[in-house]
Amino acid sequence: MPRRTDIESILLIGSGPIVIGQACEFDYSGTQACRVLGEEGYRVILANSNPATIMTDPDFADATSVEPLRADVLEAIIAKERPDALLPTLGGQTALNLSMELVEAGVLDRHGVELIGADADAIATAEDRERFKVAMQEIGLGVPESGIAHSMDEARTVIDEIGLPVVIRPAYILGGRGTGIASTPEEFEKAAATGIDASPISEILIEKSIAGWKEYELEVMRDRADNCVVICSIENLDPMGVHTGDSITVAPAQTLSDVEYQEMRDAAFACLRRVGVETGGSNVQFAVDPATGEQVVIEMNPRVSRSSALASKATGFPIAKIAAKLAVGYTLDEIPNDITKKTPAAFEPTIDYVVTKIPRWAFEKFPGTSGVLGTSMQSVGEVMAIGRTFPESLQKGMRSLENGRLGLNADMAEKALDELDDAALLTAATIGTPARITQLEALLRRGLAVEEVHEATKVDPWFLDQILAISEERLYLEGMRSSAEGVVPDLDRRDWRRAKRLGFADAQLAYLWGCDPADVRVAREAAGVLPTYKTVDTCGAEFEAETPYHYSAWEDEDEVRPSDRPKVVILGSGPNRIGQGIEFDYCCVHASFALRDAGFETIMVNCNPETVSTDYDTSDRLYFEPLTAEDVANIVAVEEPVGIIVSLGGQTPLKLASTLPAELVAGTSPTSIDLAEDREQWNDLCIRLGIPQPPGGTAVDADGARAVAADVGYPVLVRPSYVLGGRAMEIVYDEDQLDRAMAELSGFGSLGIEGGLSAERPVLVDRFLEDATEVDVDAVRDHTGEVVIGAVMEHVEEAGVHSGDSACVIPPPHLPSEVVETIEDHTRAIAEALDVRGLINVQYAVKFDPESGTTDVYVIEANPRASRTVPFVAKATGVPLAKVASRVMLGATMAELRDEGLLRPRVDGDHVAVKEAVLPFNRFPEADPVLGPEMRSTGEVMGIDLTTGLAFTKSQIAAGGALPESGTVFLSLADRDKEVGLEAARGFVDLGLDLVATSGTAAHLLADGLEVETVVAKLGEEGTDAVELVSSGSVQLVVNSPRGRGPRADGEHIRAAAGAQGVPLLTTGNAALAAARGLADWRRYPLAVRTLQEYHAGVRRPPEGPDQGDA
Amino acid sequence: MSESRNGPQAALLVLADGEVFEGEAIGAAPADGVATGEVVFNTVLSGYQEVITDPSYAGQIITFTVSHLGNYGVNDEDNESRRPFCRGVVVRDLARRRSNWRATGDLDGLLQDHRVPGIAGLDTRRLTRHLRDAGAMPGAFGTADEATLAAAAAAEPGTDGLDLVATVTREAPTTVASTGGTRRIVAFDFGIKATIVRHLAELGEVTIVPASTSAADVLAMEPDGVFLSNGPGDPEPLVGIRTEIATLLGEVPVFGICLGHQLLAGTLGAETFKLPFGHHGGNHPVRNLATGAVEITSQNHNYCVAEGSIPSAELTHVNLNDRTVEGIRCRDLPAFSVQYHPEAGPGPHDSRYLFDEFENLMARFSGGTA
Repeated sequence: MPRRTDIESILLIGSGPIVIGQACEFDYSGTQACRVLGEEGYRVILANSNPATIMTDPDFADATSVEPLRADVLEAIIAKERPDALLPTLGGQTALNLSMELVEAGVLDRHGVELIGADADAIATAEDRERFKVAMQEIGLGVPESGIAHSMDEARTVIDEIGLPVVIRPAYILGGRGTGIASTPEEFEKAAATGIDASPISEILIEKSIAGWKEYELEVMRDRADNCVVICSIENLDPMGVHTGDSITVAPAQTLSDVEYQEMRDAAFACLRRVGVETGGSNVQFAVDPATGEQVVIEMNPRVSRSSALASKATGFPIAKIAAKLAVGYTLDEIPNDITKKTPAAFEPTIDYVVTKIPRWAFEKFPGTSGVLGTSMQSVGEVMAIGRTFPESLQKGMRSLENGRLGLNADMAEKALDELDDAALLTAATIGTPARITQLEALLRRGLAVEEVHEATKVDPWFLDQILAISEERLYLEGMRSSAEGVVPDLDRRDWRRAKRLGFADAQLAYLWGCDPADVRVAREAAGVLPTYKTVDTCGAEFEAETPYHYSAWEDEDEVRPSDRPKVVILGSGPNRIGQGIEFDYCCVHASFALRDAGFETIMVNCNPETVSTDYDTSDRLYFEPLTAEDVANIVAVEEPVGIIVSLGGQTPLKLASTLPAELVAGTSPTSIDLAEDREQWNDLCIRLGIPQPPGGTAVDADGARAVAADVGYPVLVRPSYVLGGRAMEIVYDEDQLDRAMAELSGFGSLGIEGGLSAERPVLVDRFLEDATEVDVDAVRDHTGEVVIGAVMEHVEEAGVHSGDSACVIPPPHLPSEVVETIEDHTRAIAEALDVRGLINVQYAVKFDPESGTTDVYVIEANPRASRTVPFVAKATGVPLAKVASRVMLGATMAELRDEGLLRPRVDGDHVAVKEAVLPFNRFPEADPVLGPEMRSTGEVMGIDLTTGLAFTKSQIAAGGALPESGTVFLSLADRDKEVGLEAARGFVDLGLDLVATSGTAAHLLADGLEVETVVAKLGEEGTDAVELVSSGSVQLVVNSPRGRGPRADGEHIRAAAGAQGVPLLTTGNAALAAARGLADWRRYPLAVRTLQEYHAGVRRPPEGPDQGDA
Repeated sequence: MSESRNGPQAALLVLADGEVFEGEAIGAAPADGVATGEVVFNTVLSGYQEVITDPSYAGQIITFTVSHLGNYGVNDEDNESRRPFCRGVVVRDLARRRSNWRATGDLDGLLQDHRVPGIAGLDTRRLTRHLRDAGAMPGAFGTADEATLAAAAAAEPGTDGLDLVATVTREAPTTVASTGGTRRIVAFDFGIKATIVRHLAELGEVTIVPASTSAADVLAMEPDGVFLSNGPGDPEPLVGIRTEIATLLGEVPVFGICLGHQLLAGTLGAETFKLPFGHHGGNHPVRNLATGAVEITSQNHNYCVAEGSIPSAELTHVNLNDRTVEGIRCRDLPAFSVQYHPEAGPGPHDSRYLFDEFENLMARFSGGTA
């Protein structure tokens, strides 16, 4: 059955912003789908609100709508673009839920759009817990005993029947949000209420707990001729009870006999057929009782997922790509296997290595959270590692995490485990936490029996024994330590090889032997032990592989055959984490595309299975490897590149720059990068250029910091050098706070293991400019000195809120043109002074001095590398900054790039683009949802329209905090926000919204003649307090700006109540003002959607159309 | 401890073409430190016990491409025959500890109990790639020195032209009671797998007879159908068996699997040839030409029926990887066969319908002649 010819255009819905449970795996799947459908000749219409994605690059679709993912907006897109079909299965839960909404609202019928890839009934069967359970029982598959409830009364009835403990699973949610385990009636009451609340249809499944069972997942595909195949089996190291997204998982399944595996395979196909997934990929999750082998189906997702991305990377079988082809009518046997070219996609991959996925968490960003893993996913990213054996892949995965670890212990950070005695350590290991895997190793190393550890943790004895093999080897290696200080012991070739095959990094060996990693390398190489590179080929080497997708192993034969073409190695950004996400993957992928087009052979190195960069189709060669000095040096030795790109993947590759041959680092020299980070040199440079800075200094201890603060005056901004995402950045208002901040920075926290404090890595202490406007600039400079300004971005939130968490606007709506010019001039001067070759990001604080009437521009910092705003700037302005930068880094000039057509002028249109951050507070109810200098957002959205107000409003809708068009606004403002808050409040009143406020704020508003409905009491006082008011649901928008630094009790409770109630929350006065103005425009003009292609062609406001609104 | 410092002895694998692989000895110690056989590779991810106890591997050294072997141990139910007939096992990593509720023993124990030598720790991917490019070939492994192993590899005859069936078949008939149907089936044991017997027993009582049993003796048992089993090696030298099959054809419905398929085809005049490195795995796509459906199949053969060489039979199944013949059906006689393993054990269950087709054939035949 060939491709369908009765449809011509297909709408794809992306997954929107990166949130916990839905990350860049959907950029990977969506990008593949866009490519494939485009290649098949369909007109591809894409809707996605996330500007940082590669799929929203205007090259990947015919019509790219960066618009909020909401049913009414999608209907507008459908009405405008008139797709024949909607493919709902490649944009995660977001796309699936929205597609269902469109079906139910009759939108698809109304516009004659066919749902392809899955039908509504199949989606409902898979997603509706009760229907799914009944369906599985119908076909004779085991399911955990369970019941459905829509209310607490129903929930209690269910529990009377099945008893405790239970797992509570809300319907139609992603990443297990709102899921919980309850062992006591009290826990049950709480968990059931949370679950009902989390479900968009207020439905929960209450399931008999099978915590401790083994957990498996099968990735399966089906075509319309009913051919079914398993792409990959995955076994979780963590037993049931920890969300699979938070579990360490291993492919292929390791401890199932074939009899059991085939039973599971049959069940997965039966499930797929019963649910009615006609074409595409799905995953089916199973739990297995380790004592009896009883198998039960836990759930299935009728769409591509995080695990299908993992399975694709683990096997080399591109599930999303094939799913897109199946959706348009092909069958599996009609599609060639990409990797072998000669054999069809109708087969089941077999692999001759072991893949381990390890989640990456960010608990350190959310003080107050417990760090305990459960049934709701909390990780923000993941790494994958490939080794010939499980121990090798586990250790590679551990050192890929970008958390300072060198592997599975055998590093400085393992000392934290030494503080616990065996009993305490064993108790700790019974609870799923990020540290559990390291605790298991320590326990086994201490001599606890595998049986005992298994009994306590339920981790399968096979996995434990494999970990024990690592422990035993470590003890042996320790025993080899030389009596001479710092000398590498004499190992024979067999010993070296065994250690490396068990995954030990040279740096771990250096730690165990108290010597220098470089010496370890020399000794190892002298013994003739070098890595080899193997190929991921879907077939266990049975057929010749055409696709160069490699991993290192310590074997005999190297399969890489480097060519004679000039090669560029691009170092990727590692696991997603807060502060370093998909934006950097976008930059790396763009570099790969641009350099490939320019005739270079591109070589990608990365360890994040969710990304487009680790699609073997992206670069000429892919090395799926940890981004450590040793692993990268090995690749460089094999490939002999002409350049290595370290400045597009965020902090991860940048940290490696100093370990690489300086002459190979493409673009800005490591010296210049260091210069920008070195406080003294940077100060000198700014003085020389005559660019003002906020006064400040550096310190390595509390005394030093106090001296600087005394000199420049409080408040001061305290931040470590060399970190991204404002890690541990703080604004402090007095000496006590400063001491506390310094103690945290020098302590042995997660920052400590990232390098600690030293003269080379001091703390920066600067005067904090209150009420200043923060401005970001992205620019590119070539070796002739020409600087192209990408964009000047004005932040909505004032300086002090981390730029990654602040909304920002292109073009800057409030900056006078002469200020913009000054900023551009400064940027050029700094780029020149740093001799930048490539990208530079400069941050400024702009402060209006009412007394003198002047506006001062201060430079805060400059980073000669890609910033996280690069993709946003590209989408907003039409200038492919990352592509331009990568070419410039390899020697091209702007003039040449203009001639080629790659460097286009900035779009000269009337549109405004607003980037808004998306925060994960709903995952961390214990944390205070307030913005500060430490970045905590996981993702971003873009609103684009013809006025700032419309663009801002779209950005709020896209971020999930749609502003109310009527109802009541609650205001509680810090003193410094009262002026701007007053203006915002007036705006709300003009729109017909009612105001309620706390006494201080109310007094201020009343004094200005505004009507305040209710003055709420302070917490604990007589009368209705703010928390009660917010919790009662009678407030539609909360504006609460924290006073000074740190949560203040009242505010924290108010914000928490807003979070719990799902009421949109704004925590700065400026954001409130932007909201009021946005709503005014939103009311004034009808909803209009346009594509990036249209914006980039230059959209003009018609004379009668939206005016500049608030300009 | 597996790779313990004083642990396993270093061992080498040497191929007939001189390629050398370093590893460590596992399983039983072969006589004089030398084990020989034809080296092949198998790509299954699970099912090592079934593979190792499959008599079709007689004369062969099995290289497993999967990294870890022995993880879930061995049990009494997953044996495909009374003992392994393979000459050795090659694996990247042998589990030190098993973990599975079904397990009653360790893989290493099974190898030792049945005197099967093995070698672990070598670069099995390099070996597989070499066999893929150079073809399956004789080899020798063990703790002996390289020269000894090289000589042994050179002297090893491989499987071409040898009657290996005689080394695996049983000496006397055995009857297995029906677990379902009422048919009487006679199954030739050319190296028959237990899973096949289980499937046949669902159709009726199965009498398993030695490979040398004559057609007359079989017909004297008045079977409803005759089954030609899988088995090791080259079909070419099995002239006597083909003669007996010729007598049976038309008298009784015949179903063949693997070697049984090659023998049926050979009886009908087909030519067989040796594949470069054979099909050994659980993921080969086969198209059923009648329905168009793709079945993921279990495979284990080095020899293959040449396409277009049997005018009296139609092609029913074809391998989608290399387009080789996977199944035939006689046009005028009640006989059909497949090259692959519909019984699985190990492998996917996609093709079990073929046992139903055997039942249908027996039903039609008895109905037609009664």
